[in-house]
Amino acid sequence: MFSISAKPIDPALMARELADEAAGACVTFEGWVRNRNEGRPVLSLDYEAYAPLAEKEGARILEEARAKFSVLKAACVHRTGALALGDLAVWVGVVAEHRGAAFEACRYVIDQAKMRVPIWKREHYADGSSGWIDVSSGTAR
Amino acid sequence: MKRLRVQYFAILREQRGLDEEALLTGAATAGQLYDELRALHGFSLPRDRLRAAVNDEFAPWTAALSDGDKLVFLPPVAGG
Repeated sequence: MFSISAKPIDPALMARELADEAAGACVTFEGWVRNRNEGRPVLSLDYEAYAPLAEKEGARILEEARAKFSVLKAACVHRTGALALGDLAVWVGVVAEHRGAAFEACRYVIDQAKMRVPIWKREHYADGSSGWIDVSSGTAR
Repeated sequence: MKRLRVQYFAILREQRGLDEEALLTGAATAGQLYDELRALHGFSLPRDRLRAAVNDEFAPWTAALSDGDKLVFLPPVAGG
């Protein structure tokens, strides 16, 4: 299940929902708000999502992860709204019989989500300026 | 003419000054509509930096528009 959340993510609750007695491994990833980007001091972030399509594309990524790797369950939630340094921006969890598949699938989900899910990030900098991050051109606008 | 709904996100929302609008257009495709709106509002991003979505699904720029469609133009994404 892939979801967009305007409220703080509860990692413990998310992980409990993946509980499965057939699973021998649970791999989770947390993306946090960092205080620098491309050498510029960052004070805070705003995330904005096109929720209906983000949830569809996210669900497709999770389905691909289940098809490519031997995983039992996978979930991802991404925040929207104003986030402070250290806040949890994105959480991915994968459970599998064995750790190899869980690690690979977790990596796949976060890498694909960053490339494909319609979510945008505006960074606010220490010098008072701000910009939308454009990973494809490597700059903030 | 077709009546469409366009939703804006991120840099396009800021450049348009609106989240969403209803409009009448003679544009036949998603690509023609973006070009029309870009000329009207001065959007900085050229079409080849964006993707289009019609009715909450990705669509090619050549997608034909129908009355009542919802269009979104997606700036380069940056989740995570």
